[in-house]
Amino acid sequence: MSTPTPTTERETLSSRPGGRHDLPLTHPTLPRFAPALVGVMAVAAALLVGLLLGWGLALMTLLAVLVYAVALPLWARIVEGTRAAKDRLVTTLVWSAFVLAMLPLVTLMFEVISKGAKMLTAQFFTYSMRNVIGEGGGIYHAIMGTLLITLFAALISVPVGIMAAVYLVEYGQGKRMARVITFLVDVMTGIPSIVAGLFAYALFVIFFGPGVRMGFGGSIALSVLMIPIVVRSAEEMLKLVPDELREASYALGVPKWRTVVKVVLPTSLAGIVTGVMLAVARVAGETAPLLIIAGDTDSVNFNVFSERMATLPVFIYYSFTQPGVPPEFGEDRAWGAALVLIVIVMSLNLVARAVSKLFSPKTGR
Amino acid sequence: MTVTEAAPKPPAPVRRTGDVVFSGLARAAGITILVALAGVAVFLTIEGFPAVTAPASAMGGKSGIVLYVWPLLFGTLLAALLAMIIATPLAIGVALVISHFAPRKLSRTLGYLIDLLAAVPSVVYGLWGINFLAPRMVGLYEWLEENLGFLPFFTGPASSTGRTILTASLVLAVMALPIITAITREIFAQTPVLHQEAALALGATRWEMIRMTVFPYGRSGMVSATMLGLGRALGETMAVAMVLSATGVISFNLISSTNPSTIAANIALQFGEASGLKVNVLIFSGLVLFVVTFIVNFLGRAIAGRGYKGESR
Amino acid sequence: MNITSLRRPAAMGAALVLGFGLTACGAANEATGDGGTGSGDNGQSSSLSGTLNGGGASSQEAAQGAWRAGFQQANPEVTVNYDPIGSGGGREQFISGGFPFAGSDSYLTNDEGELDGATERCDGQAPIEVPNYVSPIAVIYNLDGVDDLQLSPDTLAGIFAGDITTWDDPAIAEDNPDADLPAEDINPVHRSDESGTTGNFTNYLSTVAGDAWTHGEVETWPIKGGEGASGTSGVVAAVTNGANSIGYADASQAGDLGKAAIGVGDGFELPTPEAAAKILEVSPESDTATDTELVYDLDYTTEEAGVYPIVLSSYLIACPSYSDKAEGDLVKGYLSYIVSEDGQQAAADNAGSAPLPASIAEKAQAIVDGITVG
Repeated sequence: MSTPTPTTERETLSSRPGGRHDLPLTHPTLPRFAPALVGVMAVAAALLVGLLLGWGLALMTLLAVLVYAVALPLWARIVEGTRAAKDRLVTTLVWSAFVLAMLPLVTLMFEVISKGAKMLTAQFFTYSMRNVIGEGGGIYHAIMGTLLITLFAALISVPVGIMAAVYLVEYGQGKRMARVITFLVDVMTGIPSIVAGLFAYALFVIFFGPGVRMGFGGSIALSVLMIPIVVRSAEEMLKLVPDELREASYALGVPKWRTVVKVVLPTSLAGIVTGVMLAVARVAGETAPLLIIAGDTDSVNFNVFSERMATLPVFIYYSFTQPGVPPEFGEDRAWGAALVLIVIVMSLNLVARAVSKLFSPKTGR
Repeated sequence: MTVTEAAPKPPAPVRRTGDVVFSGLARAAGITILVALAGVAVFLTIEGFPAVTAPASAMGGKSGIVLYVWPLLFGTLLAALLAMIIATPLAIGVALVISHFAPRKLSRTLGYLIDLLAAVPSVVYGLWGINFLAPRMVGLYEWLEENLGFLPFFTGPASSTGRTILTASLVLAVMALPIITAITREIFAQTPVLHQEAALALGATRWEMIRMTVFPYGRSGMVSATMLGLGRALGETMAVAMVLSATGVISFNLISSTNPSTIAANIALQFGEASGLKVNVLIFSGLVLFVVTFIVNFLGRAIAGRGYKGESR
Repeated sequence: MNITSLRRPAAMGAALVLGFGLTACGAANEATGDGGTGSGDNGQSSSLSGTLNGGGASSQEAAQGAWRAGFQQANPEVTVNYDPIGSGGGREQFISGGFPFAGSDSYLTNDEGELDGATERCDGQAPIEVPNYVSPIAVIYNLDGVDDLQLSPDTLAGIFAGDITTWDDPAIAEDNPDADLPAEDINPVHRSDESGTTGNFTNYLSTVAGDAWTHGEVETWPIKGGEGASGTSGVVAAVTNGANSIGYADASQAGDLGKAAIGVGDGFELPTPEAAAKILEVSPESDTATDTELVYDLDYTTEEAGVYPIVLSSYLIACPSYSDKAEGDLVKGYLSYIVSEDGQQAAADNAGSAPLPASIAEKAQAIVDGITVG
């Protein structure tokens, strides 16, 4: 909710000469092109020094930013005064922080695409790794495993999560238990994924004996991670539903449960779908719990209730750490699978946001 | 609304079967969550307990569970704290860009970009860390050893592969950054507009306005965001397991190839080949991690809760 | 106020679920399983079907991959799984009945009652043990300007024990009189996970250079120094990326890295599969060896030329008889394939291991053929 007032506007307001002569209503400001000018000069200086000393691109960029961060505030200090100089320095710093934070994303995407794109052939998507040594093979079994395990995790978490949110918003108002649940759900979002995997393992060991590996165990572990996300987002969405809607429904004599099912949930559906998709995106990329409880295999396994199941993240991990002989083919497959996984997760993210934007009720908030 | 005022006694509410069942279901779902959380603690305790009396052979030659877990806990804390030192200022800067510095239309897109950073799976961060980041850090580490070698953190010898705890912390920082940013930018955006406009009207520059209105308002939010980011960094597994050259020492040397391991990475690396009591030992270390992250998240949420109440008069 | 109807988002949700649901078809390269038993090209036991779950030493995982592929191609109805849970885990699961067969880097002994346990598991009959996998462990290094590094056992032990820290140390110079050794620090890379490779490597060091290596035979690296890397590929990557590094790894995965020649007797030997396989021939059978237990105590101190002493050797452990016919047939068929010439060659091609010497393969084949079923 910021309303940054452009400095230029302030000047134009006070640019007309006032009554008193010795107290100027304007104060000197840098020209609008000042940042661009200093930027160009900083880059030029860095290039010059860098080329003379034979530096790499990283060092030159660093120098350019440093020159800019020193020169612009210095100029501003001379012309505009200390406070404005500080403001310019901070502006430079926060934007640098943003660019710095973007660097990992850019380099990571570049790395994954440049190494993984060549793997995306039809065979890569339709073959499993059964009987494959060396080159060839594919990730069909891992894609299926990821889909099935995530699907079962969603089947567990979505009903539990949404009903829990309904309880918190519709039934639990002001109750002690609701407050405890809200708080613990928040805390639960911070459970390390590997702990969730160990939990599923510790649970299943009691029933199936040591060394148990099962796709469904992975679903249990993932739903531990997923439920709190679903509850949080669903709770927020249900809270947004205006009370007038509920009251209108009650006034018509509709029972509370039908009001929730027919009025409250449909109204907030888009938001809830978004939350569920974000939760799915979050757990689809989880590696550690699946490494522990779902294991890895070369072949397709459609049965989540028995034996190991390969999943994309675990496949990536094992292809990279145990690539076989010679290692190139395994590593190539790891990058290819990484690209596929990123595309899946990121498109889930983007679609989720599109859903919330396109389908959300226009409540005029 | 005033019609019923005259009625002497409201009629007893009708109890419908549908309502009873539905509210029961909803309550059951809420209780399921409590049970699940308790279950995590209970089952980890049950399966981790045998580790307390486990012989040294199950713990890589360490003569007690405390001696086994302590170096791992040290590494976990060190890596996570370093990550926070790197990530927090950056995250607050990024949050400010999105909430106050970027033009309105752009800021939404920038927010998406940061969210995408959170969407990258940790195993892919691991690939990136070991293939891209680590080799590029070698030069810096050699420079640090040469020029700042008198500090205990940079005594070296500098790792020749870059797979140090500092590199691991950098990856952790990248992973924790979107979490911290997401929360702080929400808080920053909630700063009362009147406060901000008042500051600007008094002639404050944008930075002064942020310092005088946004930061005081969002202080507890920033603290709790950092705590939650810390929770993520503590529990992150795959990226550390892939990037770090872990040897199990206790050392503050950040740039050598001899580094402490972390609990989560140790579990991921050892679990595949563990059997018998070794599994119990690993589960016990997982229980320790659970307790630590629980406390950190608990504090984070508690601070956040207090902060909101205090500010939203 | 404009409330969106349930329909549009619901349709979209349904589409998503449908996307998830379209999973009911197998991979393009997998047999669908509904056809009759195809006639295997070698005609051997093509009537086998079912799933065989074994596991154990992770050292032979790559070879198991080759064997699994070969066996499954010959028997399309069979699925073999090999769980690389480590030697100890493999033996444990075998004794408890979880695995019908196991792979292990060390043979069964009675130090912890494992041999008795295995005998009990096999209904009172002594288990069978045959060597199935021998692979040289190469000492890999990354050192500019040095192509033919030679290391005597004591020097090697000194480097990995952390006593020799620079490449121009006199001990290394003595082994390499012609090399131009740089005055750089040595970065020794070791396995950070528990591994049979470390076990065999330290066993070799403590046997031949007990004075320089005082940490004994351990599967988890005992020293808090040097660089740790996970898995063979991790060690190889760390040495490849790190200048002045040295490490130990399965020779087959060493790629283009320099491999040090190790001092044997008066000469130095390179880690070739042939030289590695020879160590079984020069080693005596263990005291506990019987007609069905073909186990060796590797003679690391051999001075015979042409023998590379740092090897990883692995055994298969199984029962001499199985009451469950299906299980017994699978175990017998699979083990028989592993020790056969075809099987050993497949492992050599795809995992870089050394084929068993003919005399030993013959004995192993005889033992496996003696498995009775039903």
